[in-house]
Amino acid sequence: MPKQQLILSELFFSFMKVGLFTFGGGYAMISVITDTCVEKKQWLTQDEMMDLTVVAESTPGPIAINCATYVGYKIAGMTGAVLATLGIVLPSFVILYIISMFLEHFLEYPVIAAACRGIKIGVSLLILDAGLMMLKKMKKKPQPRIIAGCAFIIMLLSNIFSLRISSVVLMLAAGIISLFVFAVKRVLAQRGGEGQ
Amino acid sequence: MIYLELLLGFLKVGSFTFGGAYSAIPLIRDVVLSYGWLSDAELSYMIAVSESTPGPIMVNLATYVGSSQAGFLGAVLATLAVVLPSFFVILLVMNLLGSILKSRYAQAVLQGLKPCMIGIILATGLYMTLHNCFPLVQGANVDFRALLMTAVLTACIPIYRYLKKEKPSPILLIIASAVLGIIIY
Repeated sequence: MPKQQLILSELFFSFMKVGLFTFGGGYAMISVITDTCVEKKQWLTQDEMMDLTVVAESTPGPIAINCATYVGYKIAGMTGAVLATLGIVLPSFVILYIISMFLEHFLEYPVIAAACRGIKIGVSLLILDAGLMMLKKMKKKPQPRIIAGCAFIIMLLSNIFSLRISSVVLMLAAGIISLFVFAVKRVLAQRGGEGQ
Repeated sequence: MIYLELLLGFLKVGSFTFGGAYSAIPLIRDVVLSYGWLSDAELSYMIAVSESTPGPIMVNLATYVGSSQAGFLGAVLATLAVVLPSFFVILLVMNLLGSILKSRYAQAVLQGLKPCMIGIILATGLYMTLHNCFPLVQGANVDFRALLMTAVLTACIPIYRYLKKEKPSPILLIIASAVLGIIIY
């Protein structure tokens, strides 16, 4: 098979696997996508994955779709973007279509209910693990530490007390604060330069 | 015209939801209920199914709602509608913002976004883990079986790493947790 076609089929099937085996939404997907794209296939570096996560989180739409389109486009242009996105959507589509056609009381089967409870626990740990891994790779400076700490505390409290603070609002605030700090530092540096 | 409604409704969902499915559910609820496609109880059931099946929750829900309202074509349209905004936005971002992202100001913003996201992900993971073991619903007791499973899975990761000299793949972990769930519950 020519190289280009090989890459395309790899993209399609890798993202199909991601779509088929990830439960519980975006953050859980990030750990599976990292495993596939960074560690196994080496399509992205860890840094690029971090950028991708930020882009996926701050653009509209399902995080997993954003990731698939991004990786597909980066590796193999427009065709890659289409194939990776199709790959991640297809399992969802087929499974849910079958359920809606034939399995009216899907969640009432005891085996499925038990498996789901298990998966929920596994997925929570995966998200925690993904977060810890990113924390380990974060720059060890006071500013990112403070921002990460604040975001962590605010998000945890808002979850516990169901305050409905959207993660988007938090991200927006962090971006603005960071831009502000950068601007202030620049002004101070310029003043210091003039003083000497 | 149900097809057009499905298309428009889910385009709206795909274009205006940021940051994953959990923040999207209120908007989805709004769209679905305002078109009168489903009752509140039916929708809650569908959300539960979408969460327990593999794949992005929003895509699952779009396929499910589309198919229940207008068969195969409805499912295709709703799914396409929820995916397309994402797809084009990312293409746009990658083509237009590539050079902008390299500027120092954009980098300064990114420097704030990254740690913030790490904090959010950690908080979500921790909250979900705690919530599994200690449900905050009134009258519910500590879920010892969930606690046991959390402990077993947490212990498995370093053991696997020690034996195989590599991280267990997340897919393996999910399969293991499904099997454990069937055994324990």
